[in-house]
Amino acid sequence: MDIAYEGEASLKSQLGLQPGRVQIDGQRLIVSGAWILQYYQHLRAEVAAAQGTTATEADGERSIDLDGIAALDTAGAAVLIDLLGHGWLEQSSTLAQGLAPERRRLLQTVAATMTDSLTQSQKQASLLLMFLAGVGQRTQAVLRQQWQLFGFTGLTLATMVATLTRPRSWRITSMVAHIHQTGPNAVPIVALLTFLVGAVTGFLGATILKDFGATIYTVNLVAFAFLREFGVLLAAILLAGRTASAFTAQIGSMKANEEIDAIRTLGLDPIEVLVLPRVMAMCVTLPALTFIGMISGIAGGALVCLVSLDISLFQFVSIIKRDISLTHFVVGIVKAPVFAAVIAVIGCLEGFKVSGSAQSVGEHTTSSVVQSIFMVILLDAIAALFFMQMGW
Amino acid sequence: MTTTDTLATDSVEPLIQVRNLGNRFGSNVVHEDLNLDMYPGEILGVVGGSGSGKSVLLRSIVGLQRPNAGSVLVFGEDLLQLSSEERARVERRFGVLFQRGALFSSLNLQENVALPLIEHAGLPRADAEYLGRLKLALAGLPPEAALKYPAELSGGMIKRAALARALALDPEILFLDEPTAGLDPIGAAAFDQLILTLRDALGISVFLVTHDLDTLYSICDRVAVLAQRRVLVAASLDEVAATDDPWVQEYFHGPRGRAAQTTAAVKDA
Repeated sequence: MDIAYEGEASLKSQLGLQPGRVQIDGQRLIVSGAWILQYYQHLRAEVAAAQGTTATEADGERSIDLDGIAALDTAGAAVLIDLLGHGWLEQSSTLAQGLAPERRRLLQTVAATMTDSLTQSQKQASLLLMFLAGVGQRTQAVLRQQWQLFGFTGLTLATMVATLTRPRSWRITSMVAHIHQTGPNAVPIVALLTFLVGAVTGFLGATILKDFGATIYTVNLVAFAFLREFGVLLAAILLAGRTASAFTAQIGSMKANEEIDAIRTLGLDPIEVLVLPRVMAMCVTLPALTFIGMISGIAGGALVCLVSLDISLFQFVSIIKRDISLTHFVVGIVKAPVFAAVIAVIGCLEGFKVSGSAQSVGEHTTSSVVQSIFMVILLDAIAALFFMQMGW
Repeated sequence: MTTTDTLATDSVEPLIQVRNLGNRFGSNVVHEDLNLDMYPGEILGVVGGSGSGKSVLLRSIVGLQRPNAGSVLVFGEDLLQLSSEERARVERRFGVLFQRGALFSSLNLQENVALPLIEHAGLPRADAEYLGRLKLALAGLPPEAALKYPAELSGGMIKRAALARALALDPEILFLDEPTAGLDPIGAAAFDQLILTLRDALGISVFLVTHDLDTLYSICDRVAVLAQRRVLVAASLDEVAATDDPWVQEYFHGPRGRAAQTTAAVKDA
């Protein structure tokens, strides 16, 4: 038997094998050469050319000569069976003498798997239908997503309330760890970004207001913008990109590794163990980062005022003290915990939706960033309308 | 099993020659002076306790782990000395089934199998996917599984699909890392038979890392025992079972070993 084993495998590795051929000589079908994967397309063409001739069709009278086959593997066997027909192997036990037993076994093994179902082609639906179906699916997905978000937010709040009365189940360590991860490390990028946007806002104000001779109001513009909107919005968008994605990836990999199931079977609540510490941590981090964002944004504006408008730092601060009431700061900072909770909840929810594959982790991480930025801007717009109407 | 005697002779050139292999991770020495031969057409079972370095040995042979000492000759060539192109050429003659399947989760099964065919054999997608479905059927999967994604499959189906991918390029050596771990006994037995059938039909050689005693008794031609950082013994199952070593004795003559032996004996009779 050892000769047989050496056969296919080692022969194949030798270079210079002749590609497989099909020759027709009257009623004789002569098959020769190497019937292996690397000649697959050539073999298909060869078989297609031979098919339809008398020798391949006249089942009863033809004789088949397989002596010349130098090498055979599964791919070659599949083509060969296409040529000879499925029924041939059964009736051929005596017909093809040149067929070594292991090659016959290979052919039989492959033939057994070659049913019609292999060639099934997927039906292509019409483009219009696919488009309509896609629109429907997407709409449904968006609605389902919002529904799930409401449900998950409710669940998180309910768990939070239930946990409040049980100080033992507060996960202080976990919360502090998340504060550490999401807070201090984000300070440089938040400070730098808001500083730059503050400077840009200052330049815009200086340019536009010059026409009215009111450049001094650049101070008010910068302070107003950063206290009410930009401080919290920029910090929230940065955290949505930085932290929501991290939450999704963390919880998603845990989900893929069945860790969430393990938490459940240990009688623990994943919301309490995983979600609450993250939400709480964000509720601490984002207001702090918002405050830093406001300060450094105003600092950026102050620098521009100093350099291009000759407004001294002392003058800048005294104008702010005179014109800007505390209300503006309060209006800005109260939004921070809300945005924080929304970002954290979306990040965690998307993590829970991960379904095992690496692809899925990627998809849900993207989705969590997009959704949380969208929600932050939407909520901010609603809040701005509300505060304007209230005259705050 | 009948091939054992004819193959283990010196006249046949080994497909894989591992010589004085040494592997260590920090201060943890996994292999030291490890020698192992594998002959064409045989199913070589590699056994050893947990942490005895079976998987590391497999990774060293296929070139995923650079050994600290010694050499590995595959098809008479030292993988570590080859240029990356030559290595890729040799590696195309391997098929590896990883312990947990390692199927690409973003591709469905027929795409998983078709990928090496498209990349290496240069087939057009339709042909490659047809051959992919053929390989999946060969590995014993139903036709409708071809369009499924790995996340939708059971453990046994993942193993079969991974085997189909390992077979995609019609390799000459098949490396299987615990192929039957996590399968039910019926599925495991069917998988054993599948490997045997494929070996006989395709003439491939199989390097099989396993804990499964039934697999050892039912399909392995030779067994190599990894212990004390080297290959303690590599011979036919009977010879190995007769080796005078406490671990080997406990392994083959413990309650599970005896049960598997009895089953195999009944099956043979």
